Amino acid sequence: MEEQHIASAFDRDLEGIQARIMKMGGLVEASIKDAARALETRDEELAARVIKDDLAIDGLEELINEDAARVIAIRAPAAVDLRVILSVIKISGNLERIGDYAKNMAKRTSVLAQSPAVADSAAAVRRMAREVELMLKDALDSYIQRDAELAQVIIERDRDVDQMYNALFREFLTHMMEDPRNISPCMHLHFIAKNVERMGDHVTSIAEQVIYLVTGDKPDEDRAKADTTSTTAQGI
Amino acid sequence: MNDMTVVDNTVETQSIKIAAKDVNVYYGEAHAIKDVNVEIEDKTVTAFIGPSGCGKSTFLRCLNRMNDTIDICRVTGDILLDGEDIYDKRVDPVQLRAQVGMVFQKPNPFPKSIYDNVAYGPRIHGLAKNKAELDEIVEKSLRRGAIWDEVKDRLDKPGTGLSGGQQQRLCIARAVATEPEVLLMDEPCSALDPIATAQVEELIDELRKSYSVVIVTHSMQQAARVSQKTAFFHLGNLVEFGPTGHIFTNPEDPRTESYITGRIG
Repeated sequence: MEEQHIASAFDRDLEGIQARIMKMGGLVEASIKDAARALETRDEELAARVIKDDLAIDGLEELINEDAARVIAIRAPAAVDLRVILSVIKISGNLERIGDYAKNMAKRTSVLAQSPAVADSAAAVRRMAREVELMLKDALDSYIQRDAELAQVIIERDRDVDQMYNALFREFLTHMMEDPRNISPCMHLHFIAKNVERMGDHVTSIAEQVIYLVTGDKPDEDRAKADTTSTTAQGI
Repeated sequence: MNDMTVVDNTVETQSIKIAAKDVNVYYGEAHAIKDVNVEIEDKTVTAFIGPSGCGKSTFLRCLNRMNDTIDICRVTGDILLDGEDIYDKRVDPVQLRAQVGMVFQKPNPFPKSIYDNVAYGPRIHGLAKNKAELDEIVEKSLRRGAIWDEVKDRLDKPGTGLSGGQQQRLCIARAVATEPEVLLMDEPCSALDPIATAQVEELIDELRKSYSVVIVTHSMQQAARVSQKTAFFHLGNLVEFGPTGHIFTNPEDPRTESYITGRIG
């Protein structure tokens, strides 16, 4: 809705809170990128920075929630304004979780840096993280542009991430069976891959919020789940 | 899961109390209400919202023929109460107004005792056979108006001596004394403080169990709080009518959206 509120302070409140979401989104994108690069290049210094930067992300989430509570209390938002506030609260929660996963990736990186590399698994994880990072960027774009169609495309792209995770899962099983010395690094790598897959789910949730914000309805059909590892067993 | 979600106050009946069909209202040359079609359900609070001059009060006043008192006012179309046309020549407007009661923006108690304020309607309509029955009606009405406890010891004191909030609740008690089927309220809380407003809103929710309530309000939050159905009027048109929860979260018409979100529309 392009029209302005009669109370211009209300517009400023909404703009301010959404600017914070974009800032938070930018930080989270950078965290995913840095954490994945630190993993691939075994850069413990960069990993340490990702861990430290998560504090800023958490801080922003708190600020956004405080802003949202204040707007609800003071402005009693309705219709699209209400949906903005509700989506902002959920999106900030999603971003915070993604930030935590990136931080966890960075923590495991410092352990992995001490172990031998497992083939080119780290590079494969990075490709997967790269895909999630691009999805997040598009999700934030779809939010700012109020573009429900783009958001729908992002929801569908999560399937690719799930499939990359399935492939990695099998790969890690194979490496562990081949050489027990791979077990420790593969366990960590697997948690990282799982966390990246979860990041994709949170990005999907952000895209769903965009659809809700724009249309007032939740996305229609149930999203196809392509993560099949919960039914995958060794040797199959 | 469903029984744990927050639902709009549920509407138990689906029966139509008042049906308006192609209603047009003219004040002389001015076309105040344009082709309004609406069905007001029984035992439901219906809120009319819209900017000043949009016709919501005019339309409300059509529902018990209050507009008859304005010479230049002309109403066309049909308004049916329980299927009967209220503008039919055989309908006595005084009798109609006993069935369709009204509460106004400013509390307007008669310059009589509290008792007589409430007893007035039942007396002129002959609803009580004797003093004991009348006493009973007065007490019941004042209880329904949620003001009994405050006035029971001073029923012979003038109604005008009460506070604004009490006067308004007295007027509501007076309106329900004739056992109306529909209660029209034209901004009943605009002259009241937040506490009296909350009491009146609580009362409206209580009254809805027995009556169909139609309320005109400028407070969007009040409409959202008390009503199950909301109608948005704009420039004499009924723009949107639907469940209150829907109107306030996801209105269909951009004019409704602009209005309820406080944008220039």
